Amino acid sequence: MASKVRVETTINGEPTEFLCEPRQSLLECLRDVLHLTGTKEGCNDGNCGACTVVMNGALVTSCLVLGPEAQGARIETVEGIAKGNQLHPLQQAFLEEAALQCGICTPGFLVASKMLLEKNAQPTEQEIRLWLANNLCRCTGYDKIIRAVQKAATQMAEVKA
Amino acid sequence: MNEFEYRAPQTLAEALADYSAHPSAKLLAGGTDLIVQMRAGRKTPDVVLDIKHIAELNELSYDAAKGLTLGAAVPCHIIHNSDVVKREYPALAELAGIIGGTAIQGRASIGGNLCNSSPSADSIPLLIAMGAICRIASAKGERTVPVESFCTAPGRNVLEPGELLVSLQIPAKSKGTGSYYLRFIPRNEMDIAVVGAGVEVTLSDGKISAARVALAAVAPTPLFVTEAGAALIGKEPGSEAFEAAAQAARNAATPISDMRGTVAYRKHLCAVITRRALEAAVAQAKERQ
Ligand SMILES: Cc1cc2nc3c(=O)[nH]c(=O)nc-3n(C[C@H](O)[C@H](O)[C@H](O)COP(=O)(O)OP(=O)(O)OC[C@H]3O[C@@H](n4cnc5c(N)ncnc54)[C@H](O)[C@@H]3O)c2cc1C
Ligand code: FES
Ligand code: FES
Repeated sequence: MASKVRVETTINGEPTEFLCEPRQSLLECLRDVLHLTGTKEGCNDGNCGACTVVMNGALVTSCLVLGPEAQGARIETVEGIAKGNQLHPLQQAFLEEAALQCGICTPGFLVASKMLLEKNAQPTEQEIRLWLANNLCRCTGYDKIIRAVQKAATQMAEVKA
Repeated sequence: MNEFEYRAPQTLAEALADYSAHPSAKLLAGGTDLIVQMRAGRKTPDVVLDIKHIAELNELSYDAAKGLTLGAAVPCHIIHNSDVVKREYPALAELAGIIGGTAIQGRASIGGNLCNSSPSADSIPLLIAMGAICRIASAKGERTVPVESFCTAPGRNVLEPGELLVSLQIPAKSKGTGSYYLRFIPRNEMDIAVVGAGVEVTLSDGKISAARVALAAVAPTPLFVTEAGAALIGKEPGSEAFEAAAQAARNAATPISDMRGTVAYRKHLCAVITRRALEAAVAQAKERQ
């Protein structure tokens, strides 16, 4: 058996260390080694976006990242979005707009939408749809998700003003 | 996935020494092709060399004389958002925004797109049209290869065991030059090209003085259609010239029928997509005069 490697990384701001086999994906490391099960597996080949996390400031599908690649990286997952019991405006809007049913796609949509709003605080519907094209949802039909992102954007702008 | 050893060389010299000692190793850039292929059991390397920590493979720099140096491992999201790429090579900035979706662009590199050497790879026709040159290195030395001579068969290219792609050199674009890549996909995004066309035209004194056309997904390798370029030179940019080039593209294509389209459909699309790409490139060339 290939020996395990030690990986030192930062997850949601916390310095974190784990052991993994090189063939384990970052997704498997998050879920099975670190028990951060918020990040979901859908397709395991880069198409569905359920496993989306932020790595060194870029959105990535964690099923297409090898565990050892996290060495020295900064990783942000869905677990880092709420502040304690205080939901992020996106999470609140997803609940209010019923933008989830089974919820498997939701962590990926939240992580991706959060980055969109950080880059573009007032995206158009077209911009939201294009940005989220890497995230599939088999339940909601997308419209509710788009509405939730728009609502969160509006609320975040009001808080700032 | 099979077991393998993972190594992340920090310098080009280290990577080349390691790769020449283990030519059966696979090189990892963004992994959006490689990891999928390893998981499917289509590639079973004993060593994976992660090459994206090497400075030369991360270079993204512009010089008015030398043009753009694009490190092989630079991910698409960096290219898509780069001010100098947006200003000097708008078609390349746009291309980097259509490969996969946002989370694929966070990892996928143009070097990986080229080295994976799929006939449908989106970046290759544009790189050919823009006259990009590959800088290739091994422990024995370096060589350069124009992108149109790089791919040899589906998934195959001119890289010898122990050789890696360091960067792409894209010539600086004179005033009056416009480039464009257009693909046809049934969805709006996240799909594989049924046909793609990369084109570049240069206008001087109201006529086309230089033109290059290349196609995706219509032959075993990305196809450089010199006849289409020749059909444009010396002509006024307009429907007559575009139609001649479109027919040349159609005639050069030797597509297969698959679930994305039949031979006849793909040949028809070749002409349509080539003509539309030329219209867009000429519009850009006029803007940049
Ligand atoms: C969901 C999804 C959507 C996609 N959409 C598109 C699309 O729209 N258009 C498109 O063209 N492709 C698409 N792809 C394919 C893939 O994302 C691209 O080909 C991408 O550019 C590959 O780059 P990478 O850095 O991830 O390559 P990797 O997977 O790291 O490498 C690809 C191959 O090239 C080799 N290699 C990498 N770098 C070098 C180097 N410097 N020297 C020598 N060999 C090297 C590797 O060993 C491997 O064989 C998609 C893939 C997925 C999973
Ligand atoms: S599980 Fe990673 S993209 Fe689907
Ligand atoms: S809520 Fe079920 S897949 Fe989106």
